Amino acid sequence: MSADLNVVGQSVGRSDGIGHVTGRTRYYGDRTFPGMLHLKMVRSPVHHARITGIDLSEAERVPGFVRALTAADVPHNLYTILSLIGVEPEEEFVLAEDRVRFKGEAIVAIVAESEAAALEAVSKVRLELEELPAVFDVEEALKPGAPIVTSWGNNTFMFEGHPCRRVRLGDVERAFEQADYIVEGVYNTSPIEHAPLETTGCIAVPEANGRFTVYTNTQALYFSLDNTAIILQVPGSRLHFVGGTVGGGFGGKVDVIVEPVATLAAMKTGRPVRYSYSRSEEMQVSSTRSAWRIFLRDGVLRDGRIIARKVTSYADSGAYSRQTPYALTKHAANAAGPYAIPNVSIDAYCVYTNRQPTSAMRGFGVTMASFAIEVQMDKIAERVGVDPWTIRFINAYHDGDMKPHRKLVEDATLIETMQAAAALVGHDLPDDLKAMTSAPRDAGRAGGRD
Amino acid sequence: MGSTIVTFELGGREVEVLVKPMTTLQSVLRDQLGFTATKEGCRQGGCGSCTVLVDGEPMPSCLLPVEDVAGRRVTTLESITPVDGLHPIQRAFLEGNAFQCGYCTPGMVMVSKALLDRDPAPSDDDIAQALAGNVCRCTGYRPIIRAVRAAAEAIAGSPEGKAR
Repeated sequence: MSADLNVVGQSVGRSDGIGHVTGRTRYYGDRTFPGMLHLKMVRSPVHHARITGIDLSEAERVPGFVRALTAADVPHNLYTILSLIGVEPEEEFVLAEDRVRFKGEAIVAIVAESEAAALEAVSKVRLELEELPAVFDVEEALKPGAPIVTSWGNNTFMFEGHPCRRVRLGDVERAFEQADYIVEGVYNTSPIEHAPLETTGCIAVPEANGRFTVYTNTQALYFSLDNTAIILQVPGSRLHFVGGTVGGGFGGKVDVIVEPVATLAAMKTGRPVRYSYSRSEEMQVSSTRSAWRIFLRDGVLRDGRIIARKVTSYADSGAYSRQTPYALTKHAANAAGPYAIPNVSIDAYCVYTNRQPTSAMRGFGVTMASFAIEVQMDKIAERVGVDPWTIRFINAYHDGDMKPHRKLVEDATLIETMQAAAALVGHDLPDDLKAMTSAPRDAGRAGGRD
Repeated sequence: MGSTIVTFELGGREVEVLVKPMTTLQSVLRDQLGFTATKEGCRQGGCGSCTVLVDGEPMPSCLLPVEDVAGRRVTTLESITPVDGLHPIQRAFLEGNAFQCGYCTPGMVMVSKALLDRDPAPSDDDIAQALAGNVCRCTGYRPIIRAVRAAAEAIAGSPEGKAR
């Protein structure tokens, strides 16, 4: 290691540490501005409905009411966060138009002089809704006759013309015929709310030079700025986003939900506008981790080698896709696990339902794959009659192995990590496992195995 | 009902505020007085991020009508931060990395202050009990418990601690 390194190998105090322990760190909500207005949202009380009328007349009479915003006020109301990386189609509404697709969907934004006035006006907005049948399960959503959540006739996100993200290596069906055992499993995970201590929010402030400064706790500052510019149809140069101080995120603050509406309200009123989620909005409206259902079917030889793996996964995206297609892609790339399996087939579906939208959360589709795979590995070990350590060493990938999505394994450390883990927990591995390394199986020959 | 004037002690100074009925201490501290170290994580008494001390006892300021603290002594994180340096609890949190996002930290420090004022040598169980009303989503709590223990030791070893 070079002697002129200043930081590597040393413990360095956090630059925000003193601010955190003294309370001087300024979270977005610690700021206040003269004349600041408060924005609260009228939300759908049902899971799925056609909107046939919105009556603001009583709300407008609440003392302190300043104005309401509806879909008609949003310059580019239909969007998708991931359009910035080329994902289509735009399918989420900033404010609902003729239909609401989940309980809690934003319909009318109320801007008022105080939070109390905003809440009172929200309670006075009369919605006329024609309730529609709803679907809450990924497999139910794919059945013929299921209520359709999207605007394109089925409940799947399309990946380059396919209803699922697909990965293919070798020939799984033929390998299943050669296998000594077939091991199957179904794995379900629950939606999980990130529940950050600081709820999602921002303050948008009009500046004298015609720009808007947005103080936000987003985890994705430029993503939020760019999406806000698209939604409001203004050049990005009119927006100045100030962030970096996030009171807990875990993936829950990457969805670009509050900034566009708050900035629009600041534009329409010419005053600073604060839009903060209440705790119940954070829990019931903000994105969660997706619920997943993962089907695994593995072909295994008597000696423990897995020769085929078929994966069919369904992620419940909720009413809109947000970051879930990206999670599906990561999931599909990792659904074979850190194991060398010569025949793999993966179909990973992003399914729309009438649940709260889902999005990023720590691990982004990979965590659920790992949960399913590692439970499955234990099942395989039991079936073959070897211990759970051995089955993983037998199948661990080595440098030079081919992953199902056609990436050669580089810098593999699974075997060395397992050896270190065994030592840490005091598990004495057999000598042959202790002697293994992640080095290529056979010098000069990449991929495959005997 | 009209507004009333409420007087209380905040960090050693007398403050006087004009409030509508049922205005919370949290709102007075943050919105009227600009004391924003006191956080607002849930505004329903469930997370502990708004904890302040009232006559030395930890209380969720989001559920406390400010009229209830009239004539009483309120201590916030701002009040215990020395002009120079840090309070031993703050130093222990800093050195022990007892936070990540920092949003729960003010509440955690205030609860710890109340605990150590009452019991200078708490067990880890005592510390966990004291922190039971404070949620942290980042650390998993262990660094916080270690920091409170380290703070107790630091205070005990200080001239002030030895004098007790």
